[in-house]
Amino acid sequence: MSARDTYVRPMRGWWRRNPFFVRYMAREATAIFVYLYALLLIAGLVALRNGPAAFDAWLAMLRNPAVMSFLFASLGVFAYHTLSWFRIMPKTMPPLRFAGRRVAAGAITAAGLAAAAIASGALVALALA
Amino acid sequence: MKKRSNAPVYWSLFGAGGMLAALVGPGLLFVTLAAPPGYADALRFAQGFAGKAFLFACASLFLWHAAHRLFHMLKDLGVRVGPGSWMLCYGVALAGTVAAASALLAIGF
Amino acid sequence: MPDGAVMSKTIEIEVLRYEPAEGSAPYTQSWTIPYTDDMSVLQALQHIKDHVDGSLTYRWSCRMAICGSCGMMIDGVPRLACSTFLRDFPAGKIRVEALAHFPIERDLVVDAGDFIGKLASIRPWITPKVEKDLAAGEFLQTPAQLERYEQFSHCINCMLCYAACPQYGLDNRFLGPGLTALLHRYNVDSRDAGQEERMQLAHSEEGVWGCTAVGYCSEVCPKQVDPANAVNQNKTLSAVDWFARFLPGSRAA
Repeated sequence: MSARDTYVRPMRGWWRRNPFFVRYMAREATAIFVYLYALLLIAGLVALRNGPAAFDAWLAMLRNPAVMSFLFASLGVFAYHTLSWFRIMPKTMPPLRFAGRRVAAGAITAAGLAAAAIASGALVALALA
Repeated sequence: MKKRSNAPVYWSLFGAGGMLAALVGPGLLFVTLAAPPGYADALRFAQGFAGKAFLFACASLFLWHAAHRLFHMLKDLGVRVGPGSWMLCYGVALAGTVAAASALLAIGF
Repeated sequence: MPDGAVMSKTIEIEVLRYEPAEGSAPYTQSWTIPYTDDMSVLQALQHIKDHVDGSLTYRWSCRMAICGSCGMMIDGVPRLACSTFLRDFPAGKIRVEALAHFPIERDLVVDAGDFIGKLASIRPWITPKVEKDLAAGEFLQTPAQLERYEQFSHCINCMLCYAACPQYGLDNRFLGPGLTALLHRYNVDSRDAGQEERMQLAHSEEGVWGCTAVGYCSEVCPKQVDPANAVNQNKTLSAVDWFARFLPGSRAA
């Protein structure tokens, strides 16, 4: 193939060259927060198993300024995950028909976001009750 | 004949975790920030079957979701992913799953 | 400014040029040319080649977005030069480069060999379910059957989606968006029975599993084929099949 001395351009920094790719990387980077939050949750489960003193220590850790900052940031990041998840979801589905017409991608996204609002809302209501 | 990929296993876990996180994540974060339960309430919730299932699903599936995305993100950033990367991502998901299961079972019913 | 005089607008065309030789590197060359509001980037390149520098090399043919020859990077975005218009670049300068993720042959011409080679591998033809005599007439389809594959049949093989796909750029063993869309076009055509062979390709790591749902391929497609949809639909199909093959009664993969 290289008998023709073709030039192959390097891929380094590819995602910084286009706003679309930057948004993609932001979407992927939400996983960092999901990962860390899950580890925090598991730490809480282990603390719960270890008794009231351990669990109180875990609760106190939640109030640590660094952890609070992480949790506030995570709230936004998880919300962005929800948005980006339901935006990409229509791409994974075959064409849907409803009442004789093709269901638009936007409708699928809206339905997903509505479901998330209901699910998360129910969780919050349950916790505050 | 091309070798069949086993990606579907990881991808299904990624999808389940992503869907769960998308649906309950914001609510869960809000509760963690604004109204985390005290020991007694938390214990009662975790001892119930529904509570156990919910907490296990969140703990485990969030990790499998994140592991898959992080693994591919490392590839996107040009990292040559080997066993070390696999351990950091899927290995931790596996360990976390075991830890969550064992803690929830030990908490009893 | 005397009445009746017409000031012609000018635009700077900056091109990444390359002459094939061992160890040579691409370099930038610019030309400032007059343009009118109806001119495309392709016409700008043709003006340069015809009147200024005959060595400028690029592919083109139909100049109406159906042949798929003139794909290139225009200000970093994969576009067809014939349907990208100079009037849409008010900054007065555009940068043109060869299609991304392909080796450059010369100037704006890329080596499309990988794409062409893979095209044959997906069996892009109808494998009929039943052999039918010509005298027996056509295979009939309902509008609903047509709708399942029609948009994927609009692909003009322009390769803009390959220039858009970072996974293809990072590893060109990936089958890629356009060819997966074409593979899907045949798989969901009611007349076709070749799914099993095509899915062998799709099920592999270089098949659909190389995709990370960036989605830029569908953004840049000039024919609204939506290759991202084809690839990701097949992830679901491939995953379902991966698990279903263990169920009693299914054929082992």
